[in-house]
Amino acid sequence: MYKKQRVTMAHGTGGRMTQQLIESVFAHRFSNPALDRMNDAALVQVEKEGHLAFSIDGHVVNPLFFHGGDIGQIAVYGTVNDLAMMGARPLWIAASFIIEEGLEIQTLRRIADSMATATSTAGVQLVAGDTKVVERGKGDGVYISVAGVGVVPPHLNIDAANAQPGDVILINRPIASHGMTIMTQREGLEFESVLASDTAPLNGIVADMLQVAPHTHVLRDASRGGLGTVLNELAVASDVGMILSEASIPIEEAAKGACALLGLDPLYVANEGVFIAIVPPDEADVALEALKGHPFGTGATRIGMVTNQHSGRVVLHTVLGAQRIVGPLSGDLLPRIC
Amino acid sequence: MRFVDEFQNPILARKLLDEIAEMATVPMSFMEFCGGHTHAIMQFGIRQLLPSQVKLLSGPGCPVCVSSQADIDQAIALSNIPNVILTSFGDMIRVPGTTYTLQEASASGSDVRVVYSPLDAVQLAVENPGKEVIFLGVGFETTAPGVAASILEAARLGLNNYSVFSMHKYTPPAMKGILNGGEVRLSGVIGPGHVATIIGSDAWRFLPERHGMPVVVSGFESVDILLTVHELVHQVANGIATVENAYTRSVLPEGNLAALKIMNEVFEVSDADWRGFGVLPLSGMAIRAKYAHYDAKVRFSMPQVPSREPPGCRCGEVLRGIVEPPECPLFAKACTPDHPKGPCMVSDEGACSAYYLYGQSN
Repeated sequence: MYKKQRVTMAHGTGGRMTQQLIESVFAHRFSNPALDRMNDAALVQVEKEGHLAFSIDGHVVNPLFFHGGDIGQIAVYGTVNDLAMMGARPLWIAASFIIEEGLEIQTLRRIADSMATATSTAGVQLVAGDTKVVERGKGDGVYISVAGVGVVPPHLNIDAANAQPGDVILINRPIASHGMTIMTQREGLEFESVLASDTAPLNGIVADMLQVAPHTHVLRDASRGGLGTVLNELAVASDVGMILSEASIPIEEAAKGACALLGLDPLYVANEGVFIAIVPPDEADVALEALKGHPFGTGATRIGMVTNQHSGRVVLHTVLGAQRIVGPLSGDLLPRIC
Repeated sequence: MRFVDEFQNPILARKLLDEIAEMATVPMSFMEFCGGHTHAIMQFGIRQLLPSQVKLLSGPGCPVCVSSQADIDQAIALSNIPNVILTSFGDMIRVPGTTYTLQEASASGSDVRVVYSPLDAVQLAVENPGKEVIFLGVGFETTAPGVAASILEAARLGLNNYSVFSMHKYTPPAMKGILNGGEVRLSGVIGPGHVATIIGSDAWRFLPERHGMPVVVSGFESVDILLTVHELVHQVANGIATVENAYTRSVLPEGNLAALKIMNEVFEVSDADWRGFGVLPLSGMAIRAKYAHYDAKVRFSMPQVPSREPPGCRCGEVLRGIVEPPECPLFAKACTPDHPKGPCMVSDEGACSAYYLYGQSN
């Protein structure tokens, strides 16, 4: 009988088995001059102007593969997007894999393939990497941490604390699709045919927007905690209030239906390829047009504005005409039990 | 594809609101029994849209919130038994026991795992034959059939290492407890839509028949809830009291007979201790002797823990509809979702957590 190849503790010793794992699964998939030298650290050439943006993000996802993406793709795009949210052009990433003993090598290959595709789609190079193996039961298949470096052009000044009263809040696409894809798949609900994760690299669309809206004040991806939590963070950081219009917040029917079924508020559901841009009013229209012109911004719209009232808080005008607070989420989003 | 839009239609909602305002000529108070309704009402901002004559009070319909302190302490203590994997729905993990939470027990070395279904706990028992897997059965008639099914599945598989710590409760006794207590004056009740899906809208007939009070079983979208309030206001204004079903896409008068059969096969009626109410007769679900093998209360010598409700916490009164969360001195000060003192601030169905997350803007 054909025996599946699996990761064993021997792959984690740092010896020849480790080398074989790296060569057979990773090295050729990410080949580039900085990586191929296989030094202890990659050497890269930096530009003379602007700032270096530097970020890291760890990824723990169950299931490893889901409709519209997988852990490898999210790991690459997560860090690419963190860099893009500072206005940076992401250039290099480094990945660390914590692999659970017993993981099929084929699974690791699928993840590496997906990461290789993601790096070329996002236009970044993976220049350094590391693998460790932990005993069975001590990891969820594989955990991936990705660090990344990008360059921010000198004329940009994007910061979570920069939102100004009067600024316009834009969003690039519908919310809640990623989180509900993961949750319905985990719960075994039959929504899969119409729900797919929105995982996407955002550096391209952000670059398009910054071309025409160089005075953009804030960019932030609405990942963990969802749109509601992220806007709260920004309201506090900028010491301003925010007013949202519920009717203008885009959400796909399937995600909305899944939220209703599980008793979840879509404002707190995680996203992967969704970001908000807070731009001065005179650049809002051109910024919105630039977003709409990109494949990851076809649902782009204006969802609210920044105000000098109720500082540090986000207020929602509901579809029915009521006003309420959108508080920050604490803890996990849980399906109802009643 | 359309899932919920017709139940969130703002034009329909506005029409219902206008008619409610026209009909509500005298003050009236309705209790939304279910914590899911409290959250939906806050989320849609319905309280502030209703005319001042119509008041909504939140009720005891949050399973985690009504669990007694003693039950919570015992559940946490179970996690300290060597060789035990304690499984639970996520809501319970952060509920404060007298001295610590399950989350803290887990960080100190207990094996505590969140599952999305009790059948996942059965699967854990299959995968860990050398361990005892205990599932914390918290919930009303909504979750009880699923938990009962897990016991039947464990029996079918012949498992010797799966048991349930049942804190399940029947909802009608709590409603009776509120009415018999006489602490709040109610004009009608917004009936719990998911509970009624299982036990049927007829299970609430005691409200009109014995208390002369209308009850309308409601769904969870804005139009569902407004339709329910509309019907309640109509009944009160016209001196009528009946059971009505405004959630016909889910609820039948007789309920879900298959689910009830499974529930009654495994559970029998017992007395139960409720936070805010004390012991309510015939309000609990105990595992029948026939399935004692899967009853954690039989399987383990239950640790006796000195229990004390958090000082100053008014969850009990919130659950009886006597006070609104902001009236509690701890609310949003000593007690927040990050540092909860009482269960009503933890659970997604708790009134305090709804008021904290969705409080009105002014």
